[in-house]
Amino acid sequence: MKEAMFFIFALTACVGAFAVLISQSVVRMAVWLIVSLGSVSGLFFLLHADFVAATQLLIYVGGTLVVLIFGVMLTASGPYLKINTSPGEGFLAGGVALLLLAMIVSTVYNVDWNRVNDRLASETGGPPVLAGYNEPEVGNTARPLGLSFLGFRFDGASSTGYLLPFEIVSVHLLVVLIAAAYLARAKRRVDRSERQ
Amino acid sequence: MATIFAVSTLEEYFRQSPYISPGWAFFLAAFIHAFLLINFFAVAPLVFIWLERKVSGRIQDRLGPTRVGGRFGWLQTLADGIKLIQKEDLVPGEADKVLFRLSPLMVCVAAFSALLVLPFADGWAAQILDVGAFLIFALLSLEVVGVILAGYSSGSKWALFGSIREAAQMVSYEIPLAICALIPIVAVGSLNLNEIAQMQSGAVWNWMIFHDPFTFIAFFVFFTVATAGCKRAPFDLAEAESELVGGFHTEYSGLRWSFFFMAEYSSMFVVSGIAVILFLGGWHIGIDFGLLAALRGWAPALPNFVPESFVLGNYIANVIGAAVFIAKGSLLVFVQIWVRWTLPRLRIDQVMTTCLKYLIPISCFLFLGAIFWPLLLGAATGNTHWGRPMGERIPLTTTAQPTQTVPFATDNGQAVNLETSPESRVAATSEGGVR
Repeated sequence: MKEAMFFIFALTACVGAFAVLISQSVVRMAVWLIVSLGSVSGLFFLLHADFVAATQLLIYVGGTLVVLIFGVMLTASGPYLKINTSPGEGFLAGGVALLLLAMIVSTVYNVDWNRVNDRLASETGGPPVLAGYNEPEVGNTARPLGLSFLGFRFDGASSTGYLLPFEIVSVHLLVVLIAAAYLARAKRRVDRSERQ
Repeated sequence: MATIFAVSTLEEYFRQSPYISPGWAFFLAAFIHAFLLINFFAVAPLVFIWLERKVSGRIQDRLGPTRVGGRFGWLQTLADGIKLIQKEDLVPGEADKVLFRLSPLMVCVAAFSALLVLPFADGWAAQILDVGAFLIFALLSLEVVGVILAGYSSGSKWALFGSIREAAQMVSYEIPLAICALIPIVAVGSLNLNEIAQMQSGAVWNWMIFHDPFTFIAFFVFFTVATAGCKRAPFDLAEAESELVGGFHTEYSGLRWSFFFMAEYSSMFVVSGIAVILFLGGWHIGIDFGLLAALRGWAPALPNFVPESFVLGNYIANVIGAAVFIAKGSLLVFVQIWVRWTLPRLRIDQVMTTCLKYLIPISCFLFLGAIFWPLLLGAATGNTHWGRPMGERIPLTTTAQPTQTVPFATDNGQAVNLETSPESRVAATSEGGVR
C-alpha cells in the first residue's frame, strides 16, 4: 500500500514538473507547480516527516505560489503571458538539466549509505539499519525539530543543535521584513515631495 | 474516530480480522474516515445556510424561510441545492476553461482537507499529528489559491478585482491569525490539537481563554481575524455586491458556484472549531463533576462480536464530547452570522488598515505578553501558573524512540491521565502514521 501511494505521489510530482516545462501559459505553469509541490509534500507525509510536509504546503503551495500567481496576474500582459521557447533555449536548458542529473546520480552512487546509516544508528542508539529497505520511523518530528533548533538534542550528538543557523535565519528574515516595509514606504514619500 | 475501539486506530482494528489484508485494512479505515468527514463537509453547510437565512430574517424583522418544507422552513437549503443542480453549467467565452472548471474544486479540496486534522472528541480525528495545529492553518491557506485562479480564469474585470482583493486580504490576515494561534500553543507547549484540547479538561478556568489576560484578548483578536480569513462580512470585500457584482464568483453558476459556498461555510466551522480547541476547552463541558471521567472507565460486558478492547463508556463519553464540540463550534458560526447581518461592510483600505496597522501590532504585543506572563507571575507569586500546570510537558525522550506522553501532574502532585486509559492515550499520541 505504501509503495502504491509512493508511486502515485511520485508520478504526480513528475507529471506536474514536466507539465510546467511544456505548458506555455504562465498561470497554468503555476497551477502545475502546485500539483508538483503538493505531491512532494505528500511524499514527505509518506516518510512521516510531517513537519516538513506541512511546511512545504504552507510555504511553497500556500505562500510562494500565491505570491507568484499574484505577481503574474498583475504584471503579465502581451509577451509575458505566453512563453514561447526557441529550440536553442530548449537545447541549452536540456543540457544544463542533464548535467545536474548526472551530478545528482553520481553523488547518490558515490555515498556509502550503509556506513552513514551504521554511524547514525550507533550514535542515536536506534535500531540497526539494514541495507536497502528500512521501515520509516513513526512521525512526530515537530518536537525534536523544535528542540534541536533551540539547542537541545537528544540523539546523543553533543552539540548545541541548530541554534546558530536558526538565529541567523531569523535575523535575516527580520532584516528582509524591515527592508520590504521600508521599500514600500519610501515610494510614497517621494510621491508626496514631488507633488509639493 | 481513531480510538472508537481501544485498539487505537480503525486500521489496527481491521488488521485484527483474519479476512482483511493489511492493504485493505488501510484502505477501509481511510475510506470510513473520508466518508464520515465528507458527509460532515456536505451537511454542515446545509444547516449553516439555513441558519444564516433564519438569523438574517430575524435580525431584519422578517421571518426567514417558512414556506418550503415543514417546520421552520428547514428544507429551504435542500430546495436551493436542487435548483442549483438543475442550472446550466456555464463557462464564459473569455475564460480559461480548464482553470475555470478546476478552481471551485481546489477551494473545496482545501476546505475539506482541513477537516482531516480537526479532532471532534478525544482521539476522534482522521489524523492526529504532532503538527496538527500547524498543518490545519497550512491547509486553510490553500483556499486562496483556488479563489485567485477563479477570479483570474473567469476573464472578467469584476472577478479579477474580487480575487485580487481576496488575495491581499487573506495573505495579510494570515499573519495575525498565526500569531494569535501561537499564544495558546506556546502556553500548552504542543502543536497537537488533541493534546491542546485535553489540557483544558476540568473546570471552566482551565480553558485557555482564562489562562492569562493575554489569551483572553487573543481569543477575540483570533476570532475577528478568522472571520476575515473566511471572507465573511464585515470583511467580505472580495464579493462586495454593491461594488463588484459578485466578486471572484461573478461568472460562476449552478453547482460550481455552490462549491464556493460549501467551502466557505465549512471553513467557517473549521476556524470556529480551531478557536474552540485553542481557547474554549475543546470538547470539555467546563464543569468538573467527575461523571464523564467515571463514564470513560465504564466497561460493561458486550456481545461476542465486539472486540474486548472496546470500552463502551469511553465511546459514549466521546459521543457526548463530539456533540459538545459541534455545539460550541456552531455557536461561534452563529456569532459570525450575527456579526455579518448587524455590522456595515468596511472599505477595502479600511480592511487593510485594520489588519496591518492594528491587528498585527496587537497580536505581536499579546504574543510577547503571553511569553513574559509566566515570568511575571513567577516573580510576583512564585508560581508560574494558575490552576493546571502548563509547559511541563516536553518529554525527554530521544528521537530514536517514538515520543510518549508524560502523565500530567496536578497541583497536589498526583499523576492523572486526563480521563482516558493510559494505553489509548499513549497509542493516540505516539502513533503518527496513517489512520
